[in-house]
Amino acid sequence: MSTTIVGQHRSGFSLAQYVTCLNGIVWREALRFLHQRERFVSALVRPLVWLFIFAVGFRQVLGVSIVPPYETYILYEVYIAPGLMAMIQLFNGMQSSLSMVYDREMGNMRTLLVSPLPRWYLLFCKLVAGTAVSLLQVYAFLLIAWFWDIAPPPIGYLTVLPALILSGLMLGALGMLISSGIKQLENFAGVMNFVIFPMFFASSALYPLWRVQEGSPLLYYICLFNPFTHAVELTRFALYGQINSIALTVVGGCTAVFMIGAIYAYDPSRGLTRHGPAGGET
Amino acid sequence: MTPSSAPAAGKPPPDARLGRDPAGMPALSIDTVSHSYGPRRALTDVSFAVAPASFTALLGLNGAGKSTLFSLITRLYGIQAGRISIFGHDIRAAPGEALRLLGVVFQPRTLDLDLSVQQNLLYHAALHGIARGEARMRGDEMLARLGLADRAASKVRDLSGGQMRRLEIARALLHRPRLLLLDEATVGLDVKARADILDHVRQLVTEQGIGVLWATHLFDEIKPNDDLVVLHQGRVLAHGEVTRVTAEAGAQDIHAAFMRLTGAAAEFGRAVP
Repeated sequence: MSTTIVGQHRSGFSLAQYVTCLNGIVWREALRFLHQRERFVSALVRPLVWLFIFAVGFRQVLGVSIVPPYETYILYEVYIAPGLMAMIQLFNGMQSSLSMVYDREMGNMRTLLVSPLPRWYLLFCKLVAGTAVSLLQVYAFLLIAWFWDIAPPPIGYLTVLPALILSGLMLGALGMLISSGIKQLENFAGVMNFVIFPMFFASSALYPLWRVQEGSPLLYYICLFNPFTHAVELTRFALYGQINSIALTVVGGCTAVFMIGAIYAYDPSRGLTRHGPAGGET
Repeated sequence: MTPSSAPAAGKPPPDARLGRDPAGMPALSIDTVSHSYGPRRALTDVSFAVAPASFTALLGLNGAGKSTLFSLITRLYGIQAGRISIFGHDIRAAPGEALRLLGVVFQPRTLDLDLSVQQNLLYHAALHGIARGEARMRGDEMLARLGLADRAASKVRDLSGGQMRRLEIARALLHRPRLLLLDEATVGLDVKARADILDHVRQLVTEQGIGVLWATHLFDEIKPNDDLVVLHQGRVLAHGEVTRVTAEAGAQDIHAAFMRLTGAAAEFGRAVP
């Protein structure tokens, strides 16, 4: 051990170092996802249950008229497919935030937060990693759905990608923001009841908004203000090679707001500080 | 005994010992740092410095404020009052420059149990912007030094407590820091594992010139020529070479000195409303 480790330290970080960091965080998230096979299976089973059971059961009850981006009458399964894709991303976003709470409780989060790279960038990398994992799940779902005769135009598989990335970032940033306010893992069950279910059901994922408006004008406005509705519509239009500019604006804006909020919440002087040290530490 | 921030007299300055830091820049400088959790005061006007190539023991009972201080140094918590700098880089103004010079082993385990030993190292390297090839090379070198080369592919979950700690030290050294913080790194380990880790850390000081801040509540981990900071109820009660602190406390050994110092602190606490 004769070599000195007092190395030459340059100031600042190169672009290559930023890219290395991003690759490392995405790689680690992918490894964790692959190690948790149950997570992958459950992420697929959930939307497939809706598709194979719920959609078939409600096919005759819920009629869907011709609404953009569809140019003809469609089966109910076709209508809810984009909603189920967004649902995968919603659950994944919350799952990522759950893992952040877990990491914080187990101490792994410290490894990330003591990195010398800017904290906003580290959180952004976490977000990108979570989105990448959600893309794997969504495309696996689309593959299975194709055998169920849910086949958008071939180009749709490509044009939907940017929409999925943006939606994934938005929902991941929301999950990150929520996780910054959760002190203990046990409190996460509340997220299911107060975030995931209301966001999913008060949206256009399962029924068109004009249908909702007929039933309850109040719920219609709630759905309109729900960013998840716009994630669903952005995905729906993109799947057919079209852009829904309102949805794009809302999702883009919400991504920025949630991301800024999450970075603010994880600031050491505001985020972890108020929680105090972990048990046993002082 | 009065608190002192000056290193003990007679000890060679760090640059004289290893020819580093001729400017006399401390590895770690903590200047009047205070911290509260709501109404509860955890640290009050804490000041001391750690020299490069020195072993400084931060001695305090559970609840003394050691982990809070570590969280402030590592920027996990924001600094409410005072100033912390690492080799002259203010942790608040230049966190990137400060943190890249710092390696840390926290009190709770911070390894990813589901990843392998090598994967944990590669992840840490990526967080410091170290390219994959270089990270593998450094990782292999670190694992060999710490006697973990044969466990590189093992899941961390399958390691013993001592091996996990050694891995955490390897990880903390991977980006070649100049200051190493260890927060009660030997808690829960058997006698041999404790001795091995302590020996290795002391070797880092003498052979590689790293400044070490070793938080502990175990007296037998401290040697007479170490620097010592006694932290009690969030206040520095004494700082200096162990022999000097012991002498000034009028005690025979560090254990007696600590008891005498903290007893005085209890009286002080009663005197202040």
